[in-house]
Amino acid sequence: MGHYLKKVFLIAAKDLRIEFRSKEKIYSMMLFSLLVMVIFNFAFEPGAEYIKDVAPGILWVAFIFAASLGLSRSFVLEKEEDCMQGLMLSPLDRSGIYLGKVIGNFIFTMMIELVSLPFFAIFFNLSLTAALPPLMIVIVLATFGFIAVGTLFSALSVGIRGGDMILPLLLFPMQVPVIISAVKSTGMIMAGSGIETYSQWLKLLIAFDIIFFMASFVIFEYLIEE
Amino acid sequence: MKEKLKDALALATAVLVVSALYMVFIYAPTEANMGNIQRIFYFHVSFAWTGFVAFFGTFAGSIMYLIRKKRCWDILAVSSAEIGIAFCLVVLTTGPIWARPVWGAWWTWDPRLVTFLILTFMFVAYMIVRGAIEEETKRGRFSAVIGIIAFLNVPLTYVANVMWRTIHPDVIRPDKVDLDPRMIHALFMSMSAITLLYVILLLWRMDLEGMRDRVAELKKKIMEEA
Repeated sequence: MGHYLKKVFLIAAKDLRIEFRSKEKIYSMMLFSLLVMVIFNFAFEPGAEYIKDVAPGILWVAFIFAASLGLSRSFVLEKEEDCMQGLMLSPLDRSGIYLGKVIGNFIFTMMIELVSLPFFAIFFNLSLTAALPPLMIVIVLATFGFIAVGTLFSALSVGIRGGDMILPLLLFPMQVPVIISAVKSTGMIMAGSGIETYSQWLKLLIAFDIIFFMASFVIFEYLIEE
Repeated sequence: MKEKLKDALALATAVLVVSALYMVFIYAPTEANMGNIQRIFYFHVSFAWTGFVAFFGTFAGSIMYLIRKKRCWDILAVSSAEIGIAFCLVVLTTGPIWARPVWGAWWTWDPRLVTFLILTFMFVAYMIVRGAIEEETKRGRFSAVIGIIAFLNVPLTYVANVMWRTIHPDVIRPDKVDLDPRMIHALFMSMSAITLLYVILLLWRMDLEGMRDRVAELKKKIMEEA
């Protein structure tokens, strides 16, 4: 077990190291997430009071779009130079490759989201300090659910012609429960409501995370057998 | 013998569809509040139920394909998915035609509507993925993964939308109506007719897929001889 996890973390660390060296993905995801917030802003009256009601939706659209941008690249590097072959030859279960990729993608996406968050507060004139601890729980749960399914579909989409275009078609309908839960609970947290008002949404997020992490963990090995 | 059985089944389907039409349009009484538009409900519900069964067929076929790796399970999955999409499109078309005069809007964000729409989106993506992969076993594996994950998402999408709805109590909801027994008969008849229609379409569609395989095989043989 210890050995297994160690190898899993090696894969995650390898992915993170590549991203931090090339920085290509960091910049594009960061910029993309900020752009979504800015562009959406133009749909509303400047300084309108109702902006507080739509802000959670904008935040999550920005997060989900940026994350899917990152996911579309997750397996591209492995495809070049036949690295996938190397990973599959390594003394590690196929499921371990999935787990490593999930951890890498999760940490990376979380970092992008945490850096975008202050910009969100500035753009929409919101004070998030009090809301931060519960908001973190929502961000962690929603991001994990998104990444768990996203990593599976990302591995799938690199294997097919025009996969870049197909990935969002698979991802967005899948994420409907996550998006609804995240937007609703973020809205309630920002309005200062107590945990009892949004705990049902957290439960739904946890259910999504567990179901799709387990399902993807089991199914992944069927995807890459070659 | 097998062909004869299918012919008999097709005949039975035709008889049931005609009887269902008779019962829906003549036998069943006109609903007091909604008038004739309510008659759409018999076929709407039947197609919804059968469309859902069809996607379950894809789900089951996908699981069996991943376990057994037999082409016949893939054939079941794709055939069922195609019919499911067609039936869901009937549901998504008849629904608004009914909703416009009764609810006063073509579309409402009712949980069942959203769930069906999302489900249809997912299976259209399923068909797009199939179209993008040439190699048979890979196509089978990849689409099976989507078939399973997409179907698992149904309960979560539904629950999320129900919870989302309860927070907006200002939805127009259809009043609970006690059905006349003749209405129940008509509903039962059209449900049997459409279920049988699904079965016969599925059998024909699976034959078609088998024939396509044979054509591909023969083509390959000719190319080798030439």
